[in-house]
Amino acid sequence: MPDSARGRDKTGQQAPRRKPVVLITGAAGALAQRVIENLLPRYEIVAVDFREQVYHCSGVQSYCIDINKRRFEDLFRKHDIAGVIHMGRVMSSEEPRNRRYNSNVLGTAKLFKLCEKYKVNRVIILSTFHVYGANAYNPAMLDESAPLKAAELTMDLIDSVELENLAHIYLWRCPTLNVTILRPCNIVGPGIRNTIANLLSSRVCPVLTGFSPMMQFIHVDDMAEAITLAYRKNRKGIYNVATPDWVGFQDAVNACGCLRMPIPSIPPFLARQLLALLPGNPLPPYLANYFKYPVVLDHRHFQQTFGFEPKYSLKEIFRYYRSVKH
Amino acid sequence: MKTRTWLKKRLVSKALDKQLDAIEKPVGSMGYDPWGFNRDTNKIAAAIFSPLFRHYFRVDTTGIERVPATGPVLLVANHSGQLPIDGVLIGYSIATRPVNPRLPRAMVERFFGTVPFLGNLLNQMGGVLGDPVNCASMLDQGEAVIVFPEGVRGSGKPWGKRYQLQHFGEGFVHLAMKYKAPIIPIGVVGCEETIPSLTSLGPLARVLGLPYVPVCFPAVLPAKVRIHFGEPLYFADDDADENEVVARTQTVKNAIEALLREGLIARKSIFF
Repeated sequence: MPDSARGRDKTGQQAPRRKPVVLITGAAGALAQRVIENLLPRYEIVAVDFREQVYHCSGVQSYCIDINKRRFEDLFRKHDIAGVIHMGRVMSSEEPRNRRYNSNVLGTAKLFKLCEKYKVNRVIILSTFHVYGANAYNPAMLDESAPLKAAELTMDLIDSVELENLAHIYLWRCPTLNVTILRPCNIVGPGIRNTIANLLSSRVCPVLTGFSPMMQFIHVDDMAEAITLAYRKNRKGIYNVATPDWVGFQDAVNACGCLRMPIPSIPPFLARQLLALLPGNPLPPYLANYFKYPVVLDHRHFQQTFGFEPKYSLKEIFRYYRSVKH
Repeated sequence: MKTRTWLKKRLVSKALDKQLDAIEKPVGSMGYDPWGFNRDTNKIAAAIFSPLFRHYFRVDTTGIERVPATGPVLLVANHSGQLPIDGVLIGYSIATRPVNPRLPRAMVERFFGTVPFLGNLLNQMGGVLGDPVNCASMLDQGEAVIVFPEGVRGSGKPWGKRYQLQHFGEGFVHLAMKYKAPIIPIGVVGCEETIPSLTSLGPLARVLGLPYVPVCFPAVLPAKVRIHFGEPLYFADDDADENEVVARTQTVKNAIEALLREGLIARKSIFF
């Protein structure tokens, strides 16, 4: 149903024109909050997070609900939701594997069913570059058709791959949902608390001796802009979102002013054991391969389709991480 | 990063710095490209290899002008000597030729990526993981690409099989056809004698996850290296079937064999 047709009352009379409603999951996150700010002038926002209820300015209705709960459907009954931006993927560092699976796979399946039932016409899924898997034999510039090998590496990333598979199914099975899947590179910047952002924020950063894989970083503001663009320009499909700039991980660590803590990298099981012993688990052992082998994304498809140009350079990103240490 | 800056300052002469800067190579703001090439590491490696190239291996080249100044080209050579010294010497000779220097990208064995330090170092010097997708990307952006179709079959062969070309994979011919890239056959004479190997310890190699563990003299010998660049070969992108591609691969192999034969006849001594 087009947005313009969503403003009629029960008698069929033209009601006062309302902004289309967008449901945003994972709304408590720093990235989601920036996306909400970007969308607010044109859309009404329903913000949902299972962790906490977040308070925004007017125009945002905020809820603390788990997607898997029955009450979640009430949001679709209550609001005339035109589009969904699903950023509520639980990250590998946040919950144990089984809870992640329930939330990321079963929760997303439920979300898609509701979108279909309530005739939502735009769905954005925020995935991750982790789905490609970090493999020594990966070519550089992986495009969107590259196989998703993460599940072959570790059971801990199966939920990420299955979430994507679900999204692929709905992309083709329900064309009216207009599903767009975004696979961003490392998202960093103020407020971001994923593994790589935490490592760059820390004073001492574990590195695997002899390995400094190529990495790409995108600033949280640029990523928010990319999601906003993807929502507003309706182009369904799968897109890598990355910046056309690359740096070795250990160079990035140096540039952020971190002290490197070398961890023996061979044999691999020893490296994983040592990483597991680190207090606070700053580098989860199942992500060790991402700090050994490159996963370099081809950014061109997204750039050409949406006209996306990142504003923040690597130097600006690293300057921010240096500044937070003083 | 600091070590790299320090090494560059100490080792790279202004002339070499200027010469390599003149070769256009798109990199990001931190000096890297997506395949891990790093301008400064490349310059440091060139500075270190310069005396080895001139005084240790005393490399002579013939026909180097046959490598085109621009555009995609495949530099296809015989592989020998346990370590990828031949690739580095071919690359250095083209990067420092007086007219139209280029920085070729060498396709390196996949297992190097799993070796600490060495994998990153080779990438930073300009090596690229030997994957058809990478090779296609390189040709698509007009690079000169060094390919060893024998792979580890060539580099790991023992002394008894020296200068006997091993099986050639056909992938490079497909790519040459698709990207309309000429193939320059190259015969490298001398690298076989830099690290002569008696045999490979197969079981130990399997345990270590390496393609071979050579039984050899534990040093790189100062054999004189001669690199012969042949006439370019052109293959049309004509949807040829596999038999035709195999025949074209054999044409390239024959050309390299001829260059090796001529080079071996011309050389008077292994070390001089």
